[in-house]
Amino acid sequence: MKPLPITAWSVVNALGTGAAATLAALRARRSGLTENDFAPAAGGGFIGRVAGVAGHHLPGAFARFTCRNNLLLDLALRADGFDAQVAAAARRVGPARIGVVLGTSTSGITAGEAAFRQRDPASGALPADFDFAHTQDFFSAARFVRAALGLAGPAFVVSTACASAARSFVDAAQLIAAGVIDAAVVGGADSLCHMTLAGFAALGLISPFPCRPCDAARAGLSIGEAAGLALLERDGEAPFALLGYGESSDGYHMSAPHPEARGAIAAMRDALARASLVPAAIDYINLHGTGTPANDASEDRAVFEIFADQTPCSSTKGFTGHTLGASGIVEAVIALLALHEGFLPGCLGVTRLDPGFRARVLLDNESRPIGRVLSNSFGFGGANCSLIFGRAG
Amino acid sequence: MMRADIWGVGLWGPGLEGWAQGCAVLTEAASFVPCPTDPPPPAILPANERRRAGPAARLALTVAEEALAGSGIAPATLRAVFVSSSGEGALVNSLLATLAEPRAADQAISPTLFHNSVHNEAAGYWSIAHASRAPADSLAAHDASFANGLLKALAEITVEGEPVLFCLFDAPMPFPLSACRRTDFSFALALLLAPPALRAASPLARLAGGFVPRPAPLTPPRLSALAALTAGNPAAQSLALLEALARRETRRLTAPLFDGHLALEIAPT
Repeated sequence: MKPLPITAWSVVNALGTGAAATLAALRARRSGLTENDFAPAAGGGFIGRVAGVAGHHLPGAFARFTCRNNLLLDLALRADGFDAQVAAAARRVGPARIGVVLGTSTSGITAGEAAFRQRDPASGALPADFDFAHTQDFFSAARFVRAALGLAGPAFVVSTACASAARSFVDAAQLIAAGVIDAAVVGGADSLCHMTLAGFAALGLISPFPCRPCDAARAGLSIGEAAGLALLERDGEAPFALLGYGESSDGYHMSAPHPEARGAIAAMRDALARASLVPAAIDYINLHGTGTPANDASEDRAVFEIFADQTPCSSTKGFTGHTLGASGIVEAVIALLALHEGFLPGCLGVTRLDPGFRARVLLDNESRPIGRVLSNSFGFGGANCSLIFGRAG
Repeated sequence: MMRADIWGVGLWGPGLEGWAQGCAVLTEAASFVPCPTDPPPPAILPANERRRAGPAARLALTVAEEALAGSGIAPATLRAVFVSSSGEGALVNSLLATLAEPRAADQAISPTLFHNSVHNEAAGYWSIAHASRAPADSLAAHDASFANGLLKALAEITVEGEPVLFCLFDAPMPFPLSACRRTDFSFALALLLAPPALRAASPLARLAGGFVPRPAPLTPPRLSALAALTAGNPAAQSLALLEALARRETRRLTAPLFDGHLALEIAPT
């Protein structure tokens, strides 16, 4: 495929607001994970919580969109000058030529959770002021961002669980390549909620200590929240671009990875083929690396199958937590930071690398100029997505 | 305009239980008797998954199977785009009710219900049923789900040059979410779409579509009883397209896409 320039990006996660805060924490090897004080009864463990969400307010015209997910998205819109760069793009190509494709797994479900706690005791009805369409509804995220940026192109939410935000790059790239639009706002958000904390706990996947992807004694994931955005422009001027994408299904199980990782292997091979790159051309792999015993082992197998022990790889979820449907954009921004800074973040919290792993797992940060990064995102339903970012020229 | 051939169709709605019955109603060969029912559990799923899959996923898989039947297309390598406003909303409703129980001991949720509540549940079970490694997308756009979803499917066909299964579905949500989002009955449509260059022996129809940045209303089906269905389920916005397909008409259709619309042209082969 023709490289698709990425002309703006922003991110908000437990490491802070804006890409610089994420970079500073990665460089300092400082985790954003804290004890679960959001819903301690639902799952315990540790969480990656964004500070100041509750104190943030949407501007008057957008007040009905208020829910934790859209507050995170609003913080991302205002970070890193993202909104101004979209406005400039809209002046260049027109607002109807810019689409909005955002990934989320649970959208504004915290609003639904609050509404269900306030049901009328007699009728069971939800409170009259609960605005489902603008909060809990899956599409709410894209509807809000489209409205806040004043865009007029097609818009939808992609919800393929933890591969959602990564998948938004693919869907948008196809719309741009087909000529439907010239540019797209992609990325997405997922926010802390009882549903996912309790759900992953019920599946026995929450780590009692801050998650330690790739560690021999890893015991599950730590859930985080995040929002992030990127602007893809067909004719944009930018140092970095989306070079390739790969997608696949496991076709195996709703919540367990394929033991032979055949879906993950297919997604990475698809991305390499679309970028016309050989495995040796990849300088760093940002793993999905959730920290569950099965997921990390399966991904190690997949990475080794293609890259042997040659390509440095790491999971950054020890810093941010697993931000679920938003992890694809959080880690896309980390990939762009790695390219921009010549910086490879090592896994955090590993005391002993899993001795069964064969891929080249980075345990410490490294600094050197790099040209191409592959980022993996895998989700429930066996949804796999691999993205390759690199220099545009 | 982006182009695709329609190779197969699957349908489930009130009084439209399968394409054969739907075709008869849409061509006025049979009278329309709207009796909302849920489809039988899809036979393609292994017994365990058949029992576990939620009602929306079962609905989606029923029409997806019908669209593929007799097409000669191998589902294991077929790209799929699943589109639904509310996904498995009934399960989400149930999980929210459990999480809101006053006593902490009653708030425990089922791990199976949780992983089945994801929007891409239907996409996941589809790929599990066929041991498919092909991409299976899962999209939502509230009342514009039909227009945005079909637009994305046409773009994928155009760019990837491969057939795509487009599956649009919504199933009713129980109270209290039913009061927040109208879904009066189950409705689902699946189209097996392919790039015209692939040249099937006998496509059912040729489709072209594109985004137009000017408002346009939804083209309703001609029968007023069917037109009334379009407000009762976002997936039923596809009824005029189905009607033109059934009647083998050449027709221009529009479906709203926020401030713009999806413009469609369908023609028989």
